[in-house]
Amino acid sequence: MTCTEFLGMLDDLIDGTVSEEMRAELEAHLRVCGHCEVTLNTTRKTIQIYRSHEIYELPSSLRDRLHAAIMARCKKGC
Amino acid sequence: MRINFRRKGFPQPKLMPTIQPVVGELEPHPDVALVERVRAGDVSAYDTLVRKYERQIFRISQHITQNREDAEDVMQDAFLKAYEKLEQFQGNSKFYTWLVRIAVNESLMRLRKRRTGKMVSIDEDVETEEGSVPRDLADWAPDPEQNYGQSELAEILRKTVQGLPPGFRVVFVLRDVEGLSTEETAETLGLSIPAVKSRLLRARLQLRERLSRYFRNRKGLGESRSEK
Repeated sequence: MTCTEFLGMLDDLIDGTVSEEMRAELEAHLRVCGHCEVTLNTTRKTIQIYRSHEIYELPSSLRDRLHAAIMARCKKGC
Repeated sequence: MRINFRRKGFPQPKLMPTIQPVVGELEPHPDVALVERVRAGDVSAYDTLVRKYERQIFRISQHITQNREDAEDVMQDAFLKAYEKLEQFQGNSKFYTWLVRIAVNESLMRLRKRRTGKMVSIDEDVETEEGSVPRDLADWAPDPEQNYGQSELAEILRKTVQGLPPGFRVVFVLRDVEGLSTEETAETLGLSIPAVKSRLLRARLQLRERLSRYFRNRKGLGESRSEK
């Protein structure tokens, strides 16, 4: 397996959607390719960091105002 | 921030046929019952749905528009439009996915307005070739985010994701930040599944490479910061 072929399966490996046979092939490549191992680990970390840090928070004061405005309009329509 | 709504004659939800649960699920999604209650005229049920998804819708809108004021407007408009069009919700997709689709479309419209005369779509700046082997091979420190304060880290993450083309950014946000499946993302954006997969791979690799500037393994924090 080449690095380009490994890269083509990277998302499926990260998302756990590869077959057992393919997983074994990918893991065999990882054992001999530090480059792809770093790519896999840091890509996983990238996803984890974005999942665990809320970079666009909705402040509670703003949320309350928007929420009140939405519900006032909905109630007016009823 | 705009609070007064421009639309007039916002309609009352009509009585509609009972919707069916999502096909293939053993039990109906809890949102199905809430939608039914809204359709029957129970506004408090819509209040529950708004509270449940307002943060996600705001985040998605902010990611796409890159503008706080637009994100606020999109959030309002998306929830109102969803309420207005509730009769069109068939129940063969999740309410959340349906709501996200409305918010994505509203966000893209806002983006177009800001970029007068310039087309904006989720196809913008998207190249067709597959991802190449990443150039930056540097490994990262074990917990690289620990080297930064919360606000500093948030700024790094914002700047990095903002640098992605809109067509990559929206796929990454829906799949990896908001947790939609590949199929739901494709349905939401009107893309094929292979297109979603291709964009997701490229988005992840580009983000990874850009974050490496901040997170690569170095001997000392001082060295890391001095090179930024």
